[in-house]
Amino acid sequence: MAQAELKRVAPQSDSLGYRVGRFFKKYGWGYAFVLPSMLTFLVFTLAPVIWSFIISFQDFRPRGNNDWVGFKNYTDAFTTQGGVFVTALKNTAYYAALTVTANVFIALILSSLIQPLNKYAQTFFRAAYYLPAVTSAVIIAVIWRWMFNTQWGFLNYLLSLVGAQPVRWLSDPDIALNSITLSTILTVPATGVVLFSAAMGSIPKDFYEAADLEGAGAIRKWWSITLPLVKATTLYIVVLYTIASFEVFEKVYIMVPSGVGDSTQTIVTQIYQSVFAQLRYGVASAQAIVLFLIIASIAIVQFRFLRTDVEY
Amino acid sequence: MAAQAGTRPTQARQLKFNGSKIVAWVILIVTTVISLWPLYWLIITAFTPTKDTIKTPPDLIPINASLDNFQRLFDQAKNYWGWAANSFIITFSITIFHVIFDTLAGYAFAKKKFPGKNIMFWLILSTLMIPIHVTLTPLYIVVQNFNLRDNLLAVILPGTANVFGIFLMRQFIQTLPSELEEAGRIDGCSEIRIFWSIIMPLSKPAIGALAIFTFVRFWNDFLWPSMVLIRANSYTLPVGVASLQGEFGTDYGLIFAGATLAALPMIIFFLAFQRYFLEGVRMGAVKG
Repeated sequence: MAQAELKRVAPQSDSLGYRVGRFFKKYGWGYAFVLPSMLTFLVFTLAPVIWSFIISFQDFRPRGNNDWVGFKNYTDAFTTQGGVFVTALKNTAYYAALTVTANVFIALILSSLIQPLNKYAQTFFRAAYYLPAVTSAVIIAVIWRWMFNTQWGFLNYLLSLVGAQPVRWLSDPDIALNSITLSTILTVPATGVVLFSAAMGSIPKDFYEAADLEGAGAIRKWWSITLPLVKATTLYIVVLYTIASFEVFEKVYIMVPSGVGDSTQTIVTQIYQSVFAQLRYGVASAQAIVLFLIIASIAIVQFRFLRTDVEY
Repeated sequence: MAAQAGTRPTQARQLKFNGSKIVAWVILIVTTVISLWPLYWLIITAFTPTKDTIKTPPDLIPINASLDNFQRLFDQAKNYWGWAANSFIITFSITIFHVIFDTLAGYAFAKKKFPGKNIMFWLILSTLMIPIHVTLTPLYIVVQNFNLRDNLLAVILPGTANVFGIFLMRQFIQTLPSELEEAGRIDGCSEIRIFWSIIMPLSKPAIGALAIFTFVRFWNDFLWPSMVLIRANSYTLPVGVASLQGEFGTDYGLIFAGATLAALPMIIFFLAFQRYFLEGVRMGAVKG
């Protein structure tokens, strides 16, 4: 006790050992608490990300010589195998453009329609929309594959009711990508609905009451009050669905395991094949970094809009 | 005259209001049916004998419901319960890791002071945007070189590095008042005791959201497990269900029986904790 007081009075006379001890006494718990998470982060995220970047400039294959090859992996990624990666980029962009637009639009409409309902009805619809989202993408894709079956599938049964010819949903190269896109659009964007609902629920009621006094109709209130005030949420949801759609994989891999020519290749199915089937590690890393650059640049553009947020 | 003129617009508005209300309900109910239809189709196909799954028109309700598909699933897909066990082991290990260590790290980042804290936190944040696919190649090389194929650790260990949880917990714990912590410290509680008896209980809502999301995410994970779990007895349920498709081709009754059982735990889990799920989605976004 007396010693401790003495040290506090005369800190100048500290030895190095004492100072290290005092440092850890003061900060040690902070370091100890972040240690496990920082360790797994460094080993399983940061190090692989950096290594992947390095590999993308190397001739890295099993029994390869790990020579530096400059941008060869990047040019190889785009030019070898008949330029299938370029097709995959186009396919993914097409899928992303359609699904993101549809998802955001549908989520906005549905959450607006839910908003005036009572609490129980709101909960029911949100839960009904969210239920498929907790089911594995693999299982959802297995179901859709069967519903898309040309001979026995549910969708062609529906078409037969109106006398239409059966469609080769997943085997016609002109249709397959559209079918996969359709299956995503027909899955209610549950996360979007929940987030929009939360945003709409937090808009102060007086805004609407003031509009009522001025005789504004429901549509007008929605357009002039609700929409501007959920703008930040909208952009967040756009970013969310953009990332998810550029990373589309399970769906495609399960519904058309060997692809329909190149027509259903996406960025991630290409990465998967480069790593797993072809062991072209350098090319796989280059493709993954291209994916990252695409996602990052789109997100940066979208985040710039997020900044111009209205406070209320 | 004046009264008539006064009532007519009111009636018209009411009628219009009801009309748009009906349209709204129709849209909501139709989208609910579309949303739930694949799951409905999954379950009824699982209970329909295979010979009845391939006929036109298909049965929209299971008229000849039977457990035949499940029987054949267990007879023919011998590893099925092993897949379920693997899924449970992997998902539980990863979830427990995140609940404890993300909360610990989130607490330190929110409340503790130590040199380098901000650098570490920004380093973590900066990787949030990087798709997991960037790490696939290096991790795959390591798994190949250290012969970790078919080892559940090859799935569990990379799963522990999911930084979103740290971020979520830090944002939540930042909103907690520091007085309780200080009171504990004055009463002479150890730091571990403060964490365990004060911070953990106060963080329950965020921990709930974190646990649910981690569990669902890794229960359903497919890409990485399918690359490192090669032998059939090391599969997880999603990898196993995907393999049923290759092995049993068009025996959709059997495949759907397997898929139904794989989906069931998450469906029950969701229905039981539905409120926490939806609250968690909101929390993850608003605070994230």
